[in-house]
Amino acid sequence: MTEPLLAERFVLEEVVHEPLPPEKRRFRSRLLGLWAVLVYAWLFAPIVVVVIFSFNDPAGKFNTAWNEFTLDNWADPFQRQDYTEAFLTSLKVAAVACLVATVFGGLMALATSRYEFRGKGLVNIILVLPLTTREIVMGSSLFTLFFARNASLGFTTVVIAHILFCLSFVALTVQARVRGFDWSLEDAAMDLGSSPWRTFRTVTFPLILPGIAAAGLLSFALSIDDYIITSFVAGDGTTTFPMRIFNANKTELPPQINVLASMILLVTVGLMGIGAWRTLKRNAAAS
Amino acid sequence: MTVAEPIDAPSAPDQGRAVIEIDDVSKVFGDYVAVDHADFTITEGEFFSMLGPSGCGKTTTLRMIAGFETPSSGAIRLEGQDVSRVPPHKRDVNTVFQQYALFPHMSVWDNVAYGPRAKKVAKDEVARRVDELLEVVRLSDFAQRRPSQLSGGQQQRVALARALVNYPKALLLDEPLGALDLKLRQNMQLELKRIQREVGITFIFVTHDQEEALTMSDRIAVMNQGRVEQIGSPREIYDRPATVFVAGFIGQANLWPATVTARQGTTTTIDVAGRTLDVTDDDSGLAVGDAGTFMVRPERMHVELELSDPDRWTVFATVTDAVFQGPVVRYELALPDGAAAVAHVPARRDGLPLPGDTVHASWSDESGVLLAGSPALAPATGNDDAD
Repeated sequence: MTEPLLAERFVLEEVVHEPLPPEKRRFRSRLLGLWAVLVYAWLFAPIVVVVIFSFNDPAGKFNTAWNEFTLDNWADPFQRQDYTEAFLTSLKVAAVACLVATVFGGLMALATSRYEFRGKGLVNIILVLPLTTREIVMGSSLFTLFFARNASLGFTTVVIAHILFCLSFVALTVQARVRGFDWSLEDAAMDLGSSPWRTFRTVTFPLILPGIAAAGLLSFALSIDDYIITSFVAGDGTTTFPMRIFNANKTELPPQINVLASMILLVTVGLMGIGAWRTLKRNAAAS
Repeated sequence: MTVAEPIDAPSAPDQGRAVIEIDDVSKVFGDYVAVDHADFTITEGEFFSMLGPSGCGKTTTLRMIAGFETPSSGAIRLEGQDVSRVPPHKRDVNTVFQQYALFPHMSVWDNVAYGPRAKKVAKDEVARRVDELLEVVRLSDFAQRRPSQLSGGQQQRVALARALVNYPKALLLDEPLGALDLKLRQNMQLELKRIQREVGITFIFVTHDQEEALTMSDRIAVMNQGRVEQIGSPREIYDRPATVFVAGFIGQANLWPATVTARQGTTTTIDVAGRTLDVTDDDSGLAVGDAGTFMVRPERMHVELELSDPDRWTVFATVTDAVFQGPVVRYELALPDGAAAVAHVPARRDGLPLPGDTVHASWSDESGVLLAGSPALAPATGNDDAD
């Protein structure tokens, strides 16, 4: 929190004091620019390091010191089968959890926004609760629950846990998008002879799609990312990518980790970029 | 409440076939009666308005015709078929919504094409109809625009084209001009009339603006607190209001307390403004001894220093205020019994009474109407849009 405050002080001084001579002003604005660069460097350095080290040819088992530039890691990203397997497990978990959470979370958001019903307030509170529950609490209680039910821990329990924490994120994200939605559009569509299903397909869904897509992306990312809850409910047989890395870091850190992590980063940033570009284009068209 | 019984709708004109029958329809939300035994018929090709203050039940009635609400009792028939419980997408009526409700993610063309596509009309036919309707509303050049790129008036016309493209049996318009500024609204009134004549479809128009209703309608249903107070042509409603509410809601009206003192044949004798008056054309239903209201429109009043027609019934009054308003002078008068009166008199150059003068206040026989109920039944704030 101290960074923005300091940055603010530079701005305030410019406003309060007499105009400074130009050369001094130039110096100060350069200083401010430098400060901004440092802040961003601080934020992004770890990510940049991960990407850079994906091109490293480490001397030993730990890919932590720069040795030599190589493209070998990228040429064969799936060389290490154990990591690739964990990576695929993560993708599978994320795909299923994201799909289920997006469908049901989206429907919940629609129901709570569109209709008045008894217990709506309660539903909204229950939706927010998982967000405020610490992962360690959720993980251990899920573990207790599965253990008490004698459920065998594995892929299914991981997916269930991920759906659980993604659901709230999706519902709240879509709710935010749907708030202010003009429901008379649905009336208009049905008035013109469109069945309720066709109305949803051609009017409601396309209009809330950006919100749903954002929610889907978010839950996908959350799922890929999660370590704590997963480690509670995964059991011995199932290992996700974050778990694999954490379990291995005592004995080795192969560059394939960096490659696979960079791939996730690339896809995420790419999708965000497409989203931002489309928004810009739409705004330009509307004005 | 002691309002006069709403007079029945004039029987449908001979040339008109009934398109929509509202058969003793009521709608209740919890304890609230939104529509109270509405009963009328709308005929083919008619421009029919439902007029009243907000909360009078006009929009609820429209939504029941469209299918968004279901009547609590009674039936709605569309060309003879009971559609009371038919969902909106299976009714051959279309609506122009108050805020237009255009689909923001579609072009104007796709907005208009939405209806026929929903009804699985063949592709060429969809194109033909959409082009035709865009022609009618003069928006052919804007077909590829998005609704957000259009002005309010243009959006309004897209909504109109979109609702007409299915060739509905009736077009429902829910205060469609409310969002437009005055000048545009007046243009659109004429435009709506033109389009209605061009397509020949029954229009059912909901508005709280009496001037708008008078300008466009063939017939008007005036509604208040869920009840239909009167149905008639603009002329009938203005000249022969059936209730005190209608008299006060449409235009301006002098509403004086009156008491029936005698009835003989077609002549009813009343006490009004401290004098006795014979009313010949009375259908108030008041009995001898009943209190009612006597109405005269301000522009039907004569205010004279010298009585020009000695046969005319007249009352002495004192001018309390005279305001020159261009075409007319607006007089405020005090009548002998203390009641106030307003008169609009053509602004001649000279011979006009001034404040303080004692004048003859009079009106021709046919311009006064005796109504059941007290003057207090008039809408509290009046409807002075015209002022």
